[in-house]
Amino acid sequence: MRDMKSEVGYWTFFIIAGIVVFILLFFHMMIIHMDQLLGFFNPAGGSALDWKNVIYRSHSAFFTIIYIILLAAALYHGFYGLRTILFELGLKKRIQSLVTIAVWIIGITLFSVGVFANIAVQTVKAAG
Amino acid sequence: MSNNEKMYDNRLGIIGWLGGGRWGIERYLYIIHRLAGVGVLIFFVLHIFEGNLRIFGPEIWNPVMRLMEHPVFKVGELLIIIGFAFHAINGIRLILIELGWAVGKAEEPVYPYKSSLNTQRPLMVIMLLLTILLILAGGFDLMFLGH
Amino acid sequence: MEKENLQKSDIIFHIRRFDPERDESPHWEQYTVKVESGMTILDGLHQIKQNQDSSLSWRFSCRMGVCGSCAMLVSGKPTLACNTQILDITDRALTLAPLPNFDIIRDLVPDLTRLFEDHVAIEPYIQRQDAEEMENPTGEFFQTPHELERYLQFSYCIKCGCCMTACPTMATDREYLGPMALAQAYRYNTDSRDGGHERRKRIVGAAHSAFNCHYAGECSNVCPKGVDPARAIQLMKRDLVLDYLKLKKRKKACRVMGIPSDVEPKPPIPFPPYTVEQK
Repeated sequence: MRDMKSEVGYWTFFIIAGIVVFILLFFHMMIIHMDQLLGFFNPAGGSALDWKNVIYRSHSAFFTIIYIILLAAALYHGFYGLRTILFELGLKKRIQSLVTIAVWIIGITLFSVGVFANIAVQTVKAAG
Repeated sequence: MSNNEKMYDNRLGIIGWLGGGRWGIERYLYIIHRLAGVGVLIFFVLHIFEGNLRIFGPEIWNPVMRLMEHPVFKVGELLIIIGFAFHAINGIRLILIELGWAVGKAEEPVYPYKSSLNTQRPLMVIMLLLTILLILAGGFDLMFLGH
Repeated sequence: MEKENLQKSDIIFHIRRFDPERDESPHWEQYTVKVESGMTILDGLHQIKQNQDSSLSWRFSCRMGVCGSCAMLVSGKPTLACNTQILDITDRALTLAPLPNFDIIRDLVPDLTRLFEDHVAIEPYIQRQDAEEMENPTGEFFQTPHELERYLQFSYCIKCGCCMTACPTMATDREYLGPMALAQAYRYNTDSRDGGHERRKRIVGAAHSAFNCHYAGECSNVCPKGVDPARAIQLMKRDLVLDYLKLKKRKKACRVMGIPSDVEPKPPIPFPPYTVEQK
C-alpha cells in the first residue's frame, strides 16, 4: 500500500529554509571572512574572530536573533536533505518512520543546544 | 506475478547514482550537489559546537582560534567553501527549476527533440560561472587575507 | 543506387544473455552481423535470430517507434531498438543489455510489472463528477487549443521504460513512482477535461513520489518520443506547492458543449457484444 502522508508541506518549508540559509549564510560569510576588506560590525577593529568582536556580536540582540533563525533554517534544510537521501536508499517502512522521528529529535536537540548557548553567552563578561 | 522461473534482480543500486560516464552534465551536478550537501551538513553540526565554545570565555576561545589557524583546518575550510559555494548556487538553480520557472512550457515535440534541459542550459552556465567566481573569491580570501 | 549504399560492414554485437533455467547470472555473448546502411538494431537482432542463434529473446512489435516494446540498453544508453540505426552509433561494435532497474526475465526481456503498477497507481484516466455524461455522452468537451497544448507533449508517452531506466532515483528506491508515472499524473492533472486533481495530488505529494525527483534530467535526455518527463514533474511540483500554500485557484473540469438545437444527432453506437466470456 502506498504511503499517503503528504510531503508537500515538508518540501515547501525545505525550499523556504534553503532561501533563508542562502541569504543569511551569505551575510555570515561576508562578516566572518571579508572582515579585512569590509570591516563592518568589528568595533574592536581587527579580525571578526577576535574575542572582543565575538562578544560584541553575542551581546547584540540583532545578531542573536539572526543566528537563531539561521540555526533553525540550516538544521531543517540539512536534515530534511539527509532524510531524503536515506529514504531513497530503500528502507523498510518501519525504518522510514524511525528515521523521520530520529531526524526530528536530533534536529530539535541541536537547535536547543544552539539556543541555550546563545542565551548563556549573555552572562559572559565582555572584558577579556 | 505469474512467472514461475526465477528472475534476475537487475537494479543498478548506488552505482546508478554515479552513472557510467555517458550521462548529461545535469546528472553529475545532482550527484555533486548531494555530496556537497552531506559534507557541509557534517561540518555544520561540528561548527555548532565550535561556535558554542564562546560561552566559556576568552580563556577557551582564544586558544581554539589559534588552533584553527593550523593548515589542516585551513584545507578543510577551503573544502567547505567549495562545497558550500557549489551547493548554494546550484541550489538557487534547482529552486528556479523545481518551482517551474526555468523549465519552460509544454511544447509540441518536433524531431530533433529539445527538452527542458535545453531551456535551462543558459541558467546552468551562468550558475557554474558564478560558482567558480565564488570559489576563487573565497579561496583567495582564505589563502591571502587570513581567513 | 550507388554501390556504397549496399556495402556491408561487420559489426560485433555484444549481447547480455540470461537463461533462468541454466544461468545463475547474466553473461555476455558475441555475434557478428553484416550490416548495411539503413539497418536498425531490431533488424540486426532478427538477423542473429534467423541465422546464428535462434534462442535469443527480446520484445518487439510495431518496429516503427510507437509501441515502446523494444526498449533496451544500447551501448549504455536506453533507447528503442527499432528507432536506432546501427551505423549511426558505431562502426565496429555495440552492446545490448536489458533495461536496468527492472528484473530480467530472460535475455533482453525485462519484467515491466513495476512500470505498469506505478502507472496504475496514479489513476491514469479522466475523472469527472458527471458520471451520467461519461456513460452516455451528449456532446463534446469544451477544450481550447491552448488548454490542449498544456499537456499534449506529455501525452505522447509510449510507456517504453527508457526514462525509468535512466533515472538515478529509480536505481535505488523500489517504491519510487518513476518519471513516467509522475509525468502521466501531470498530464491528467493539467488536462482541462479532468477533475481528479484532488485524488492524484495525494498520491504524487506523498513520500517516494514527485519530491524525490531532483532534476538529474536523464529521463528527458533518453526519451525516444520527446515527452520531456522532467519538465512535467517540475511543473507538477510547482502546482503542488501553490496548491499547498493556497495561492492558486483550481479550475473546475471543463464543461460539455451541447450540440446545436437545430441538428438531428445520429443514434448512439450500440455497445458491441462481448468477445470474451464474462464471468
